[in-house]
Amino acid sequence: MYDPTVARLTYRALLGRRRALILGALPLLLIVISVAVRALTGADDQTASDVLGGFALATMVPIIGVIAGTGAIGPEIDDGSVVYLLSKPLKRPTIIFTKLIVAIAVTMVFSAVPTLIAGLILNGNGQQIAVAYTVAALVSSIAYSALFLLLGTVSRHAVVFGLVYALVWEALFGSLVPGARTLSVQQWSLAVAHKMAGGDLVTSEVGLPTATVLLVAVTVLATWYAGQKLRSLTLAGEE
Amino acid sequence: MAVDQPTPAMAGADQSRIHDIGYRGYDGPRLGRAYARRSLYSQSLRGAYGLGRSVKSKVLPMLLFAVMCVPAAIMVAVAVATKAHELPVSYTRYAIIMQAVISLYVASQAPQAVSRDLRFKTVPLYFSRPIETADYVRAKFAALASALFVLTAAPLLVMYAGALLSKMGFAHQTKEFAQGLVSVALLSLLFAGIGLVIAAFTPRRGFGIAAVIAVLTISYGAVSTLQAIAYTQDSTGAIPWIGLFSPITLIDGVQSAFLGGSSAFPGGVGPSHGEGAVYVLIVLGLIAACYGLLNRRYQKVGL
Repeated sequence: MYDPTVARLTYRALLGRRRALILGALPLLLIVISVAVRALTGADDQTASDVLGGFALATMVPIIGVIAGTGAIGPEIDDGSVVYLLSKPLKRPTIIFTKLIVAIAVTMVFSAVPTLIAGLILNGNGQQIAVAYTVAALVSSIAYSALFLLLGTVSRHAVVFGLVYALVWEALFGSLVPGARTLSVQQWSLAVAHKMAGGDLVTSEVGLPTATVLLVAVTVLATWYAGQKLRSLTLAGEE
Repeated sequence: MAVDQPTPAMAGADQSRIHDIGYRGYDGPRLGRAYARRSLYSQSLRGAYGLGRSVKSKVLPMLLFAVMCVPAAIMVAVAVATKAHELPVSYTRYAIIMQAVISLYVASQAPQAVSRDLRFKTVPLYFSRPIETADYVRAKFAALASALFVLTAAPLLVMYAGALLSKMGFAHQTKEFAQGLVSVALLSLLFAGIGLVIAAFTPRRGFGIAAVIAVLTISYGAVSTLQAIAYTQDSTGAIPWIGLFSPITLIDGVQSAFLGGSSAFPGGVGPSHGEGAVYVLIVLGLIAACYGLLNRRYQKVGL
């Protein structure tokens, strides 16, 4: 199911040249902010939870997920070079699965690791906050990567739709319409984080069983459908 | 046959000649540089709303335009129905509330305007015409800024029309409307500049979109987080200075200092007049810097 050559090519497409720098800028900003906050306010559990929940999990993880998830396949379909990959004797689901693994790995490295470091800087993992948010970032990395990889195979405007989901649906609708929060990767991963942290600092709208089922379902379904989609891919010309 | 065929030695100077096969020179009017620049401007402006392009590429800009205007229409309807004396949201505040939509529009249309020219290497073709680097940059900059101005000023126009129809006081509403227009004009120039600079460095459209949105929303997220923390720590003096680091809070600061807007900063702590002057300087400086960077980028690109 996992093809090392495809993985190597995808890593190079995602991290080659100056792209790794841009992906690295966001986590760096998070760490700079946490250092500034720690210097301004000292260690405070509520502040740490605000920064990690409001900035790391709500903004940074989805954006890195969009870049890595759609970037794993979108540009190749966009410029048509995917035909060279598809013409090789590889199963299409294998290609998708390999690209998914790469996207997950990249998202995790660039979002969960900085979240852990920022959490340690902010309050030294008091009340398990750093670990809880790191687990949330890890879990949501998987779901976001699968979701945005599917978007990359379905639409040419995958990045825009991914960002609309991440910023408008989760951030805006989520804060206005309570029902929208049930259908949000962020809330599902917060449910897992809530289980880890225990206290009242990390809360979620969804129960843990629902969240786990939905996370697994979304990841599996998105990957399966992306594989199906790639089997019957038609290459459109430039609009 | 063999007799008629001239040997190479025989095909001398008397037999070779250039045949006139009907190509004609152009002796009509030359429309020149200004015309080329205007055409590039109008094409880019139409392209920013998908006009003259495929149906698929009209969907997103038109959708965002509708999303921008519908809340304004709803507010006007409510204000008229309840016979309010003031609109529920002031003109200057509207763009700040709808910043997510504006950011998405910039992010989707800025790469549309410049990245594809880079990727398909059409930039050298433009520069083989009479236009110069500065013309190309100016046309694209002006086109995206105008498109943004249309996007942000249309809902204000809806609100203004609604306010006048429900007789809310002509002089007062006109003054606020004018202030709102100045603020969205600044916002359009600033956002267009930032979007184009980022897009001009990425030939890949998808990556440009993500980079623009990341710069706009991440900086806002970082700034508002820091402001909220400064507010809870009672260091309200720091709030206006933190606001200098993201485009949307810059605009917010300018309009709350000079254009009669109320600040969206935590606790409503807007910048004072002195700090507001710094805000204006930084906004103008950023716009000029974006223009300069674009010019520098296109000195070399694709040639």
